[in-house]
Amino acid sequence: MWKTLRQIYRVGLATELPPAPDEALRAADALQARILQVLGRALCIRAVDAGSCNGCELEMHALGNPIYNLEGLGIRFVASPRHADMLLVTGPVSRNMEIALRRTYEATPDPKLVVAIGDCGCTGGIFGESYATRGRVSNVIPVDVAVPGCPPSPRQILAGILTAISRAQPASDANPA
Amino acid sequence: MILQWWFDHAPRRARPEGGAIAGAPNLWALTVTPEEWRQAAQDIAAGGGRLLSLWASRSVGGENVVRAAFTAETGALVLALPVAAGSGYPGIEQSFPNASRLQRAVADLSGVRSTEVDTRPWLRHAAWPADFHPLRDAAVPELASPPAIDAYPFVAVEGDGVHEVPVGPVHAGIIEPGHFRFSIVGEKVLRLEEHLGYTHKGIERRFTELPLLEGHRLAARISGDSAVAFSWAYCQALEGMAAALVPARATWLRALALELERLANHLGDLGALGNDAGFAFGLAQFSRLKEHLLRATERALGQRYLMDFIVPGGTRIDIASVGVLELAECVQFIAAEAETLRAIYEDHAGVRDRFTGAGRVTPSLAARLGLTGLAGRASGQAFDLRCDLPCEPYALLAPRKVVHNDGDVAARVAVRFDEVAESVRLIQSVLRELPAGICRTAVVAPREESWGIGLIEGWRGPVLVALEAGVQGSILRCHPHDPSWHNWPVLEHAVIDNIVPDFPLINKSFNLSYSGHDL
Repeated sequence: MWKTLRQIYRVGLATELPPAPDEALRAADALQARILQVLGRALCIRAVDAGSCNGCELEMHALGNPIYNLEGLGIRFVASPRHADMLLVTGPVSRNMEIALRRTYEATPDPKLVVAIGDCGCTGGIFGESYATRGRVSNVIPVDVAVPGCPPSPRQILAGILTAISRAQPASDANPA
Repeated sequence: MILQWWFDHAPRRARPEGGAIAGAPNLWALTVTPEEWRQAAQDIAAGGGRLLSLWASRSVGGENVVRAAFTAETGALVLALPVAAGSGYPGIEQSFPNASRLQRAVADLSGVRSTEVDTRPWLRHAAWPADFHPLRDAAVPELASPPAIDAYPFVAVEGDGVHEVPVGPVHAGIIEPGHFRFSIVGEKVLRLEEHLGYTHKGIERRFTELPLLEGHRLAARISGDSAVAFSWAYCQALEGMAAALVPARATWLRALALELERLANHLGDLGALGNDAGFAFGLAQFSRLKEHLLRATERALGQRYLMDFIVPGGTRIDIASVGVLELAECVQFIAAEAETLRAIYEDHAGVRDRFTGAGRVTPSLAARLGLTGLAGRASGQAFDLRCDLPCEPYALLAPRKVVHNDGDVAARVAVRFDEVAESVRLIQSVLRELPAGICRTAVVAPREESWGIGLIEGWRGPVLVALEAGVQGSILRCHPHDPSWHNWPVLEHAVIDNIVPDFPLINKSFNLSYSGHDL
């Protein structure tokens, strides 16, 4: 036991500051003020792999490490869409996952948000649309924010999540950088 | 006849690096008749040989050829069986049970059927019609969206108190999708049946739409956690076909990338396994180490996950000069921390209790079912391509083969800990002894009808890429094979008589790929 405690003490706090929301990632401006009221500072996310290569999932996992410390921001991954405020969906959406994705979306209570993760979730990526895939996530369910990257870094994914739960900024203020 | 007979009868049109097939060293090819096909499989199985992969391709003239690749002590052998249009071929599932799902996938995708008794579709659900075979038929029929509901005929278990628990395809975590059907009594698992294919993205057909010199990008995205292994295997096949001489520095950088990929995955798994045993401390510690490694990897090689590092002819970029020292320090730090954490895991009664005896696969069962790679080495299957059929620079690096015999979760954890230490040693060797020179050479697309095979020991096990050139630098056929194909069926055996709540732990200890399998 003392070895465990010693290791915890030795490592200390590793958490870094989170990134700011990024208006460039917003795909649709459908966010109702009500969502923000309902969510407050707590957000429950259901991750859905709709056919990805698993690269995006690795970076979504990283959000939980002590350095990004997602739970420290009041955001956590939940086991059921019925408990979720947001779906984090990776693609491309395979035809074999299309029904499961639609059902997961329907099982998530309103008001809900969808963030598409990765180049494949945003555009279909290198896989495109074919006999086996429907391509981008928005071909199957409505998407609020899309985060490109192959895979996007944990900070980019976090910026996407934070963008989805922030109020849309007027275009002139967006992205001064 | 014996195993060696088949190797001896492969045409000796030897290449300078040994073997007759372009790509990985010591690969031999032999065309057989249907009778010889099954006899060869029996002899190879009896001689301790192992099935690597089984796939079908079509010649330009439209003739079907079914191929099976095997490894043995003396090298790797690829059998080719020409199959006349409209007829089937003899299945080899009696000799190699792990051929069964491969044969079902060939029937789905290429429309070539074996004598296999299990005629259920495997990768095809209800999204496209049964008479459409995407690797045979150019025209795609009209497809409904959303597709019809798929009714897969699971094997039912009957008896007093038996009930079924369906799990998936959407799982309760950040995990790839797949379906598990448990038949249980009380808490105990009587039977598990997997139904996979949910992430089928049409990768093999997509390859045929890409130029040969671009295919490595798709290869890197077959299974995101094995990007280096697949892209290296692809490039190895292509470079062999094109007779390109890859600079020494590039092969060493590729080995560096492969070991970094192995290390990152092992660190992630060791943390997740602690977490699944109720020890969240392990996840926090190991995920922190993994993050340090990914950041050092990005600064040295340009990406956290090396999706675009390996390119035909070498590597996309050279290692950043600041990266060498930083990477060396980072892995040294990780090795020391992993030692500390290993002692903590081993001292922790709760963790030890959950790990020991869970999901046991005995060495004899592992040999019979063809358990491969990391999970195989935890069940006494002492095979590692880096040692057995080494490509450059592994013969020089001389990795230590890690083998344990207990076959339980604890053994699969122990293999990971030992391989973390070994990969750190290899990374340090590469950083110290990296040859000078360029890291990329030009590659000209190989001529039509040339073919080759790449073979790389990824972190999960042997990765194979079989590549055939089409006209004007196009891809006629590319078959990528992930070791998960062999290990998924063994997981069904590993959970028998375990309790349902131990399934996540046992499953994680194998950590098999869905995307790499579903293609």
